[in-house]
Amino acid sequence: MNKARQTIKKPYRQPLGDKIWRNFVIGVPYLWLLLFFLAPFAIVLKISFATPIVALPPFTPLLDLSANAGHWLLATWDNYRFLTEDNLYWISYFKSIKIAAISTFICLLIGYPMAYGIARATATTRNILLMLVILPFWTSFLLRVYAWMGLLGKNGIVNSLLVDLGLIDIPLQMLYTDIAVYLGIVYTYIPFMILPLYATLEKMDTSLHDAAADLGAKPWQTFIDVTLPLSKPGIIAGSLLVFIPAIGEYVIPALLGGIDSLMIGRTLYDEFFVNRDWPLAAAVATLLLIIVVIPIMLFQRSQQEKE
Amino acid sequence: MNREDGITAQRSTKPYVATTPWLDPKAVPFIQIKGLSKQFDKFKAVDDVDLDIYKGELFTILGGSGCGKSTLLRMLAGFEEPSAGQIIIDGVDMANIPAYDRPINMMFQSYAVFPHMTVEQNVGYGLKKDNRPKAEIATRVKEMLDLVQLGDLATRKPHHLSGGQRQRVALARALIKQPKVLLLDEPLAALDKKLREQTQFELINLQYELGITFVVVTHDQEEAMTLSDRLAVMNAGRFIQTGTPTQVYESPINRFVADFFGTINFFNATVISSDPVAKRLSAELEKTGTKLDANSEAAFAGGTEVTIAVRPEKIIISQQRPEGDHLTITKGTVEDLAYYGNRSLYRIRSQSGRVIQVSAQNYQRSEALTLEWDDEVFLSWDSSCNVVLSE
Amino acid sequence: MQTSSRLVFSALCFGFAFLYIPILVLIVFSFNQSAIASVWGGFSLRWYTALFNNQQIIDAALLSLKIAATSATFATILGTMAGLALTQMGRYPGRLVFTGIIAAPLVMPEVITGLSLLLMFVSLQELIGWPVSRGASTITIAHITFSMAYVAVIVQSRLSSMDQSLQEAAMDLGGRPAQVAFDITLPLIAPSMLSGWLLAFTLSLDDLVIASFTSGAGASTLPMVIFSKIKLGVTPDINALATLIIGSVSIGIIIASWIMFRHDKRSGTG
Repeated sequence: MNKARQTIKKPYRQPLGDKIWRNFVIGVPYLWLLLFFLAPFAIVLKISFATPIVALPPFTPLLDLSANAGHWLLATWDNYRFLTEDNLYWISYFKSIKIAAISTFICLLIGYPMAYGIARATATTRNILLMLVILPFWTSFLLRVYAWMGLLGKNGIVNSLLVDLGLIDIPLQMLYTDIAVYLGIVYTYIPFMILPLYATLEKMDTSLHDAAADLGAKPWQTFIDVTLPLSKPGIIAGSLLVFIPAIGEYVIPALLGGIDSLMIGRTLYDEFFVNRDWPLAAAVATLLLIIVVIPIMLFQRSQQEKE
Repeated sequence: MNREDGITAQRSTKPYVATTPWLDPKAVPFIQIKGLSKQFDKFKAVDDVDLDIYKGELFTILGGSGCGKSTLLRMLAGFEEPSAGQIIIDGVDMANIPAYDRPINMMFQSYAVFPHMTVEQNVGYGLKKDNRPKAEIATRVKEMLDLVQLGDLATRKPHHLSGGQRQRVALARALIKQPKVLLLDEPLAALDKKLREQTQFELINLQYELGITFVVVTHDQEEAMTLSDRLAVMNAGRFIQTGTPTQVYESPINRFVADFFGTINFFNATVISSDPVAKRLSAELEKTGTKLDANSEAAFAGGTEVTIAVRPEKIIISQQRPEGDHLTITKGTVEDLAYYGNRSLYRIRSQSGRVIQVSAQNYQRSEALTLEWDDEVFLSWDSSCNVVLSE
Repeated sequence: MQTSSRLVFSALCFGFAFLYIPILVLIVFSFNQSAIASVWGGFSLRWYTALFNNQQIIDAALLSLKIAATSATFATILGTMAGLALTQMGRYPGRLVFTGIIAAPLVMPEVITGLSLLLMFVSLQELIGWPVSRGASTITIAHITFSMAYVAVIVQSRLSSMDQSLQEAAMDLGGRPAQVAFDITLPLIAPSMLSGWLLAFTLSLDDLVIASFTSGAGASTLPMVIFSKIKLGVTPDINALATLIIGSVSIGIIIASWIMFRHDKRSGTG
């Protein structure tokens, strides 16, 4: 008889090892994220109130506790004032939101039928199709955008084809335009739209379609009354997964966009690396963060609802 | 191995000794549940229940889905924290003791056999966690596998086993640690009829042989009646009646319990007189003028409406008016009958318009039906079969 | 029903064509003799030889692989812990905030994550003297931070669809929480952890923006080198690099899918 475990010492005390394990598993990732994800935002906010100087690091500290300082708080609203005054930034913010929104919509238009088709396919076909959707995602994003440069350039494939076919005389300006940016964003982000949509559509109970048909609904009506509303979680997840990062996209407008394809990600990057104005970049980032916070919370809510 | 041989081989060598510890005022219950409650947000799953279970009992908690029995079981096992109340096992309060330190083991409804471990590894897992020496684990695992007749399958993985075999793994795994209490969550639910009957007997024999206190949770009343020494009927978080199977079947305390087991007839009756000392009640049956007697300890004022419950198998059908003392007699016509071979079920429309169900063993061999539709018949039953229900 | 099926089918064809034509063009022109993208000058492997002689690219590739492997491993560990913490550990103060911040890196624009991490490293340097200089280690930390969110999502989804009673059974038999995690939980979520590792590896290998912000002198990752080259225009040696990457990834995915297919068949699931 195994007496050792069966007798319980009174009073019972939870072994220390259990508490340590629990705190370790919860604490380590939590602290990591607090330190390297959340806390940095506070730093960005702090530096957005600084002034650029020629030093390392190239901005003024927040507190100057030396005796000859006039104020001890070296914060300034200058950066934010500059943002509101210079049109460049307003245009960038609005243009970013506009481009992101339209791209999201296009992704939805193309992605939904694709997800629908994959969900309806037989098991083996479905897996192959899914693999084909995911494959480009695993290859370099940078190189796929680069592919579009080759396609859309003045001497690119598309232009050469159109000229050879006699459809146009002089090569079209496709690269370095807004159209190229739309193409680039849709191209890069479409797997992010397809996968959540597919996940929702795949889980859908097909007997609901049968029930609707049995009750007299035509295929289009079944789609609008049953399929579309039930795929709402997928639509929301997919759209947010495209919209939010697209707002702050840098690479695509930098490589495919023109001078007036102003997106805020690019503006921020240039402000930081080209102008070396860290405080201004921080202010741009803070404002961008405020803009995306609400969609991000919507996304978090949609993730939690899944639980 | 022939399944039939298996059952007889398992039959206990211990001579059967009937024990009724719950009748002994000096007996200390092995499991004491006092004032136990569990509140989930707005829903009270277990509502202030008390229960005593004695050592070596096979006790069943019976109820429909949503009655709280699974929550109660999980609180015993240590997977849910009670909102209020105590669980005391062999004198030790289980408060704040997590599942892995309780002297309780559980056989899960889904069996929960670890898919990535072999049968041996599954069964030996508990002993491994106790840091028993390897040799000891190997011997004990072998013994246990032989006991549940899985000896040949020791190195198999669960996905190569049938449902019944996986259940034995789960059972062996739970019993090998010789727990003070074994909890069983719907043990027969996933089995087909034949396997269910075999497993039923095996569980009873195993329990008697090992002497471990079993607490079974089920929604199946037949399972509860065949397995248990005692059972408790649970509804909406509370225990309605606790007793031996014969007690709850023959002496239900209210309509709910009466209706829970098999079929039963309910009659309205108006009290004529009641004598709690002599435990006698007399009443008028359904305003038909028929007088009936019943055993009842309760006191009712004359004129009170009560419900009288009578089991279908207690009622005798005859075409002549029966003679005898202590009989309750009424008349009716045969409205429906169903022939089952060994018995026949009749639905008789009585004088008061009520449909009475009667179950009669076909104890005589006859190719013709003894009764036909629209026959006029007498129904009679011994007055001791009248169960008085106040609600 | 017919028209909608045809619609869906043509959408699928158009969609996949849209996805793959640029890649195919890329591959084809990596074998182009001529340096001008639109003119086919004959089949040649000259760009592949040029690639293998380009020390800058090779160094950058090795650095990227090293960072990717390290960050993927730590991201998997941390992400799995986060997944466990959010599904298995019940309630604790701050849980709601935790669920919030674990989802945010999935959608946060990279310029924000990159800039904020860089400023964090600069502040830390001022405060405690570490990191002394930015480079491979700071890039790795940055990659771990956003990758762990992806791993956490994958692990969480697998944990929530797992049979809870397996872990309860292990606890019931005497397994303490840590033991249950290593005996039961981790073996059962191992495939998800592997997917997470692969995803984290790819994300790290592919990252340009965050690496640009958090890097320092002398640490150039492959995307950084590629980007500086292609900013100036199309060069076919990049086509060759692209083909190699796409080729090896495709082979990897096909092998992985085949293995998973065989595994599902053998274990009787799927």
